[in-house]
Amino acid sequence: MHITELERKSIQYRKTILASIAQAGAGHTGGSLSCTDILNVLYNRVMRVDPRNPGWNARDRYIHSKGHSVEALYAVLADKGFFPAEKLATMGRGGSHWVGHPTRKVPGIEQNTGALGHGLSVAVGMAIAARQDGADYRVFTLMGDGELTEGSVWEASMSAAFYKLDNLVVIIDRNTLQITGRTENVMALEPLADRFTAFGYAVRTVDGNDIAALVDIFAQTPFEPGKPNLIIARTTKGKGVSFIEDAVEWHHHVPTATELERALAELDQAEQRWQERYATIATR
Amino acid sequence: MQPLQPGSPNQQVFSDTLLELAQRDRNVLVVTSDSRGSGRLVAFGKQLPAQVVEVGIAEQNLVGVAAGLASAGKRVFAVSPACFLTARGLEQIKNDVAYSDQPVKLVGISAGVSYGALGTTHHSLHDLAVLQAFNNIDIVIPADNFETRAAVEAAIDHPRPLYLRLGKKAMHHLHAPGTPFTIGKAIRVRRGDEVALMATGETVEIAVQAAELLAARGVSADVLSIHSLRPFDEAEVLETARRVQAVVTVEEHSVHGGLGSRVATLLMQAGVTPALRIVGIPDEYTYTGSQQEIFAHYGITPDGLATTAEVLLEGRRVLTR
Repeated sequence: MHITELERKSIQYRKTILASIAQAGAGHTGGSLSCTDILNVLYNRVMRVDPRNPGWNARDRYIHSKGHSVEALYAVLADKGFFPAEKLATMGRGGSHWVGHPTRKVPGIEQNTGALGHGLSVAVGMAIAARQDGADYRVFTLMGDGELTEGSVWEASMSAAFYKLDNLVVIIDRNTLQITGRTENVMALEPLADRFTAFGYAVRTVDGNDIAALVDIFAQTPFEPGKPNLIIARTTKGKGVSFIEDAVEWHHHVPTATELERALAELDQAEQRWQERYATIATR
Repeated sequence: MQPLQPGSPNQQVFSDTLLELAQRDRNVLVVTSDSRGSGRLVAFGKQLPAQVVEVGIAEQNLVGVAAGLASAGKRVFAVSPACFLTARGLEQIKNDVAYSDQPVKLVGISAGVSYGALGTTHHSLHDLAVLQAFNNIDIVIPADNFETRAAVEAAIDHPRPLYLRLGKKAMHHLHAPGTPFTIGKAIRVRRGDEVALMATGETVEIAVQAAELLAARGVSADVLSIHSLRPFDEAEVLETARRVQAVVTVEEHSVHGGLGSRVATLLMQAGVTPALRIVGIPDEYTYTGSQQEIFAHYGITPDGLATTAEVLLEGRRVLTR
């Protein structure tokens, strides 16, 4: 998918995320909006997946380690056709599998997550299995920055480097906020790139809300043969809606009817601007 | 009756059996946390180094990596001392294995008070309680070498998450070759009709010896090896409890949340009320010593169990007199 089309997808995904959170009455608004562009690029440009055959052996694997931002993943999986979009309306309802953190009951989801610091170990196991089988699929996992204080992340990191898993791509959604406040005030992570480098990763930093930059950085993997790949994606929590951006209170604030209307209006305007910018290209 | 014949530690039988199975199937993997010595997996590591995934002393990662490997179709045995595996790795067992339904075989070695005098840090008297409170993980505790071999063979193709609990003491042989073994089905070691000794794991042979003492004292004792806590053989436990006056449960675990609690809950709710005593490790700062010394301290001995059974039976006779 072309970069311009991906840019439009992100706007649409953000509308879906906000609408589904508002309808469910629960969700993680800020973190879902910050990682939207990353998931968009992964599923529409980078990963080898087949929505009609979610268990395809040769598929690339994706583990949503920052499980609370599941609404972004649901929006992308629905758009890809892993399940009908109407399922999003069941989010958070009694008996629905579309719960507040990912489960394998939902087509396209590989592993149940939600407790932080678990996804990387599972991804490491999958990447080791690919190696043993001589399979060429890759394993991707997305962690939140607040999640990185879990000790298990560093246990898993040691093993990723020890087993030289250059078929593993770890992405950090570095939006610098967690539920209590700035990550650097809650428990400092910096110098984050140095820390990951010291643990044996090939580390790159990218603007995680810039579609073109994301496409470019994923195209460069593996960064260094024999090293696991780690991308620090610098993002804005709540990206795409002015009054949600970089606001700690929007970690899991649910938009009211008025807030939803304002947010959707902003995103409609963004889509309008996108159309004006690319109309000539699209009709050509 | 013939004295019981000595055998090997169940952990040794586990690793010997697994090596045989892994030689036939390269998808059989062992994941270890610097635990190859305790797990008696040194020979496995030398003969099949490509089928060992070492993670170092990192039980959380051990369980998570095992889940990832299982998800990619590997037959994974994650081996670590039970005390660390089921405490340090507990949340990974809950979410990455049980909740995510990854058919990992978790092998808790040197379980219970196997490590004896190393102290409480190395005891696992909680593992059955916590794992019984998780859904979607089967729990198997073999009593002797036969049960261990059969359990490992059954585990290979087991479609659900499984916890296999093993000890390091050399065990005696309890069963004739060819005895049927099915996960979830208790094995009757001895038939009796006055008291039932329901035991699991390494305490089963003590129950058998207790039954012999009771026989010499004129008391007919039934002995069940309840090697599976989940699935739990409710039918056999109920049938047995209905035809005896007293039930003594025995386990190398806290008296809370293990076999005894499981049996008591079942019997009470079914309205079956023999005299009942749960023998295990009580709620106190655990006595220190070898496994045998700890067992002796808490009455987990042939004489201790026989006496407990007799006291229960005498109480029942007084009540019905």
